[in-house]
Amino acid sequence: MSRLLAAVLAAFIAVPAFADVTLLNVSYDVMRDFYKDYNPAFAKYYDAKFKDKVTLQQSHGGSSKQARSVIDGLEADVVTMNQSTDIDAIVEKGKQINAGWEKRLPNEAAPFSSLQVLIVRKGNPKGIKDWNDLTKPGVQVIVPNPKTSGNGRYTYLAAWGYALKQAGGTDAKARQFVTDVFKNVPVLDAGGRGATTTFMQRQIGDVLVTFENEAEMIAREFGRGGFEVVYPSVSIDADLPVAVVDKVVDKKGTRKAAEEYLKYLWSPEGQEIAAQNYLRPRDPAVAAKYAKQFPNVKLFGVSDFGGLQKAQKVHFDDGGVYDQIAASIAKK
Amino acid sequence: MAFKKHSVLPGFNLALGYTLLYLSIIVLLPLSALVLKSTGLTAEAFWHAVSEPRVVASYKVTFGASLIAATINLITGLLISWVLVRYSFPGKRFIDALVDLPFALPTAVAGIALATIYAPNGSIGQWFEPLGIKVAFSPIGIVLALTFITLPFVVRTVQPVLQDLEPELEEAASSLGATRLQIFWKVILPTLLPALLTGFALAFARAIGEYGSVIFIAGNMPYVSEITPLMIISKLEQYDYLGATAIAVVMLVVSFTLLLLINGLQWWSAKRMGRR
Repeated sequence: MSRLLAAVLAAFIAVPAFADVTLLNVSYDVMRDFYKDYNPAFAKYYDAKFKDKVTLQQSHGGSSKQARSVIDGLEADVVTMNQSTDIDAIVEKGKQINAGWEKRLPNEAAPFSSLQVLIVRKGNPKGIKDWNDLTKPGVQVIVPNPKTSGNGRYTYLAAWGYALKQAGGTDAKARQFVTDVFKNVPVLDAGGRGATTTFMQRQIGDVLVTFENEAEMIAREFGRGGFEVVYPSVSIDADLPVAVVDKVVDKKGTRKAAEEYLKYLWSPEGQEIAAQNYLRPRDPAVAAKYAKQFPNVKLFGVSDFGGLQKAQKVHFDDGGVYDQIAASIAKK
Repeated sequence: MAFKKHSVLPGFNLALGYTLLYLSIIVLLPLSALVLKSTGLTAEAFWHAVSEPRVVASYKVTFGASLIAATINLITGLLISWVLVRYSFPGKRFIDALVDLPFALPTAVAGIALATIYAPNGSIGQWFEPLGIKVAFSPIGIVLALTFITLPFVVRTVQPVLQDLEPELEEAASSLGATRLQIFWKVILPTLLPALLTGFALAFARAIGEYGSVIFIAGNMPYVSEITPLMIISKLEQYDYLGATAIAVVMLVVSFTLLLLINGLQWWSAKRMGRR
């Protein structure tokens, strides 16, 4: 028995010894499935090109929580987040990433993007077609908490942007619109996955607002029969940025592998794996190949809000617009 | 008595020294780091962080729900320990072990399980739904989760005391003409009171700090069902470490004051019983 145990232990200890480089990728919740496919592909590519073995480790959690772990000293070689503000926070608070990270890779360092879609029950019994249907009385909307979730923040901004783009749209009208949407929210889960559980498993609500790629995860998890995806007339372009953690790779001497790891996300193979996981690819050829699964939606960027950092300050920080909206809803 | 120079029991200095050192490293050090960190805020900013209406609403939810949960467990805990000590029946050991389960279970698992059962489409929740009662995703859900989590405390503190309580005492009271109610109020309850209070205090303290289970069942609606630990988390999400610490300090001070009060009460009731 003890010999068996020793053998098992030895096997565990031996694994890293084979690998010449070990990279830790600190990522957010719903990227689990993508990197499960991407990591082996990259390891194979790296081995073939540099004759070097690379072992990849993953850590997943809420995007901001993961960023905080890195700030507090988790030795990530690369971070792959759902909001640029999370990486900016590492630059500012932890100083582990050098400023200008978004310029070091193409597309503002976001190899793919997603957008907010509406997920409704089978047959769409409430007839939900666009954002304005979310404000109707009697429609329950499931959204994760914008205070704690990047997913929730994108939903909030998407609804705001939609209202602003209507004829005669003003900030005041947009604010009223978002208030009306959040009035219909019965539960605020802390993160995107929690909201999915509330909608699919607890069967609460008429519509779930979440990332397009999360819709695919729901289909894989719960089957395709239980829900329908509704693409709104306009949505927000959610760039999913990545960065090398400079301090860590310089200390560990893993810079080359880490940079290759991120660069390869833009390769045709990386882009294809992204598309298979319903992340919208940047590569035009791959995008064309998978065009059928990505309906054309008019998109606006967070630049309409002066960037995510400004949006965070104006809307989501304590005392911001979202807090005022929450207070006004609670008083009624 | 404790500070008598030549105690019959040797090793007082060493034992006390070790106790103080241990408590300092394990408890006081992280807590003082917390308080120290909060001094990075000006008094004004500190007050602002801890007195936001949304945070104040969360204090009410957290302390209110914890108080209700601890009170429920005070009564049911007494009942359970009474049954476990005084009666013997098949499956008693099994039930005894069951009591500790809320300790062993990861709190998130408890929260998810409770939310599943009490959700409007859950096996129990569906019966409340037509009555217009929302159990999960409302403050009732918070009380429920906290009651579950803190169940073992009262049972486990009262049980040994009840075991030591000799039935002869009750027999004597009975032979002196006391009614059953009198025996309960005048003989049993006063003896159990210190243990009950300890159990209550532990349950209450545990409930105040609980996050994992509550978060899944609370629904987390601003001003209605947000608990204070969630406010701390949401401050951290904004990288507002100082604001988070400020709220933590408030929780710390209030909890400590309440525990001190309950300990004082316990000491007073023990003294009244004529022992120290």
